[in-house]
Amino acid sequence: MKNRILGTLLIFLPVFSSQAETKVSEHRLNNGLKVLVKEDHRSPIVVSQVWYKVGSSYEPGGVTGISHMLEHMMFKGTDKHPAGEFSRIIAENGGDENAFTGQDYTAYFQTMAASKLPVSFELEADRMRHLHLLADELKKELEVVTEERRMRTDDNPQAKMSEHFSAMAYSNSPYKHPIIGWPADIASYKVEDLQAWYQRWYAPNNATLVVVGDVKPQAVFDLAEHYFADLKPSEIKPLKPQTEIEQLGIRKMTVKVPAKLPSVVMGYKVPSLKTATLESEAYALEVLAGVLDGGNSARLSKELVRGKQIAVSAAAGYSLTSRLSSLFELEATPAEGKTVWELESALKNEIIKLQRELINKEELQRIKAQVLASAVYERDSDFYQAMQLGMLETVGLGWQKADEYVSKINNVTAEQVRDVARKYLLEDRLNVAYLDPQPINEHPINKPAANKKGL
Amino acid sequence: MPIFLCLLLLLCSPTLWAAAKIDHWQTPHGSRVYYVHTEGLPMVDIQVAFDAGSARDGQQFGVASLTAGLLDTGAGKWNADDIAQRFESVGAVFGAGSTIDSASMSLRTLTDKPLFDKALETMQVILTRPNFNETDFQREKNRTLAGLKQQQESPADIASIAFYHALYGEHPYAHPDSGTLETVSTFTAADVQGFYQKYYVAANAIIVIVGDLSKQQAEQTAEKLVIGLPVGQKPAPLPDVVMPVKGMAQPIEFPSTQTHVLVGLPGTYRKDADYFNLYVGNHILGGSGLVSKLFEEVREKRGLAYSASSAFIPLLKPGPFLVSLQTRNDQTEQAVQVLNKTLADFIVQGPSEAELKAAKQNIIGGFAMRFDTNKKLTSYVSMIGFYDLPLDYLDTFQQKIEQVSVASITEAFKRRVNPALLQTITVGKRGK
Repeated sequence: MKNRILGTLLIFLPVFSSQAETKVSEHRLNNGLKVLVKEDHRSPIVVSQVWYKVGSSYEPGGVTGISHMLEHMMFKGTDKHPAGEFSRIIAENGGDENAFTGQDYTAYFQTMAASKLPVSFELEADRMRHLHLLADELKKELEVVTEERRMRTDDNPQAKMSEHFSAMAYSNSPYKHPIIGWPADIASYKVEDLQAWYQRWYAPNNATLVVVGDVKPQAVFDLAEHYFADLKPSEIKPLKPQTEIEQLGIRKMTVKVPAKLPSVVMGYKVPSLKTATLESEAYALEVLAGVLDGGNSARLSKELVRGKQIAVSAAAGYSLTSRLSSLFELEATPAEGKTVWELESALKNEIIKLQRELINKEELQRIKAQVLASAVYERDSDFYQAMQLGMLETVGLGWQKADEYVSKINNVTAEQVRDVARKYLLEDRLNVAYLDPQPINEHPINKPAANKKGL
Repeated sequence: MPIFLCLLLLLCSPTLWAAAKIDHWQTPHGSRVYYVHTEGLPMVDIQVAFDAGSARDGQQFGVASLTAGLLDTGAGKWNADDIAQRFESVGAVFGAGSTIDSASMSLRTLTDKPLFDKALETMQVILTRPNFNETDFQREKNRTLAGLKQQQESPADIASIAFYHALYGEHPYAHPDSGTLETVSTFTAADVQGFYQKYYVAANAIIVIVGDLSKQQAEQTAEKLVIGLPVGQKPAPLPDVVMPVKGMAQPIEFPSTQTHVLVGLPGTYRKDADYFNLYVGNHILGGSGLVSKLFEEVREKRGLAYSASSAFIPLLKPGPFLVSLQTRNDQTEQAVQVLNKTLADFIVQGPSEAELKAAKQNIIGGFAMRFDTNKKLTSYVSMIGFYDLPLDYLDTFQQKIEQVSVASITEAFKRRVNPALLQTITVGKRGK
């Protein structure tokens, strides 16, 4: 659900910049719907995605998770097509479909034979404005979403820790809420809540239609005009900023859950490409993430998993493309006989090294090589290409950022990486959570907590 | 609607799409090579697979998996750091791992010569001269043990392990492919070395190459990869699977909010004459995501679960037929009843003509999407190669689907899914 599209693996080698990649064509309908098309004729298929500018970070307290709930209800029928018919029609036309919700977006997609694109457009246009929200359907689907939450979060120790961690790390940013929503909020959605959320955000002028595959841009634009032009736009009121307040010192927590292995997660408050005053700082943080965790030769694997053998696994991640400022995260599981505190200090030591010493040339070259190769590999998948465009557009960065990515990473210097480490990876901006495993096959209530030692 | 029609014409490209052309030959040492040329992107995917999955573990459960995992931790004169640096400095992505039937290593790289050569040389050394030194062995063994511990906190993993055990008893498919804490903790580096020497041999290898390489380049690549391997021999066929003698229900207590339910029995194998009947039948029953019968009964009508599905997992020998869902603990009984009734009704009645028609439209209409990326194509070609399926498997796929009838599905299910032999595993909190 949480996507890191422009993840830590990306590369550079000038030899390929001449490989003319097909350009993105853009068209805006009078009702505000933006249409992006990218041709790829390697297979006779098409990916069609509708992206709405709404997600969990748009949600006020009390209705957290409502964007995700609405995503489920979007399959429950319109005035024209009863519940379930959307999926049946797509399936009969040989299509694959689904939807996903993130912090900053909600998106719906179909993959089909290119000739079937009108089927997708007809149905997506219909549910963009004519959803039929019924109390009975909501009642059942609410149970489904509750089961989804149990499976993804409640019965998964790492996911549970991550949820508690975000709730602690953010003071007032809406990123403190889980995408799927808090249990009490999920239990209390009413049809009116969903109706209001749908009315407020589902409109052509709050959506981007992305089409990648065996198509011609002009034909897609004509088809989009045919199916979507009659939809009325809405007045979309601007979101309140909810800018996270400055953190004034380290925050720590322990999460006790039935589990077998301890772990530690650390997060420093950092800007994203969208919120950074200097774009170059965001790209430098992206490279920094690559230095730590851009593959098996990166520092966390090399130093902590292999060298010191203090961790059985260790990872780092940066959300370059989030709409709001977020966290630069480190996450690791200690090796047998090591504690989470030893591991925390080893991770911090890696940060200190980044602040004191310039990364070496080989590391920088490796990251740039990976970025360039990934730019080629990504084009193997129409779906991935569409994801990239849709996400960049929806968080407000603009799809053009996809084209700039390789050159921006290529311009990052060792000094810039050191400087962002010094500026942002500071103790006062840090949040730490420890997973303290509780016995699984005994009732924790019968065992005094003091009996547990170590994590 | 005239506008609509002309839009359609503009939209479709006029080319007729043929399935991929697979070239096949053997290297002088007897490795089978499968090659597909694709254009448009300067990249290639290469896979080398051996009949060396967990089914070959013997009593050393987990040795196949640990062997595959150790390959890139040291080879020739390079240590793990060198190997990772060699691949990643040219933007190549390397992986090695194992499943029940096979162990494989895969490489995705750019085809630009200096980059390609460096990546290929690295892969070749890993494949033919792995070190398995003591330090790397102990570290990877400890990481495996940590992973095995972590499985015990996942109700899904616990259920899956119990399910395979219930289906396969003493058969090599019965144990978890990453092994158990008891077995893995006894391994020595010599065990891994021995497994490698026995199974990683030319006669037991298939090589898959998909991407922008010429035939000649593909031939040289294949030869270079396995030239350092001894010829060896293919292992003896796996023992036949013995069906469970009766149905069993095994509830496992676990402090989760949901109960995981797995129901099934040994189902079908790759070369089974019934395969397409079972495949299409299952597509209707629980294999087609948001529109299957199980999904409809369990989720759409009753809201009992987030996911509810069924699958045949065809292997060298009959792999599992598996029906699964997860539901709130206190409604487990109801969910199991709905699952069993949906399955029993399907076995008795088979699908309707309308359901079969919709399934065929979905499968045939979406045919091109099965191999629309090099990645997907590579895994198809690998499957065709490893299971020794006809090279025209993809070309005849649609025809085979077309030939399936309501009667053939119903008969195949009656032959293969005897409700009296179903094994049922539930993992969750009982009575609550």
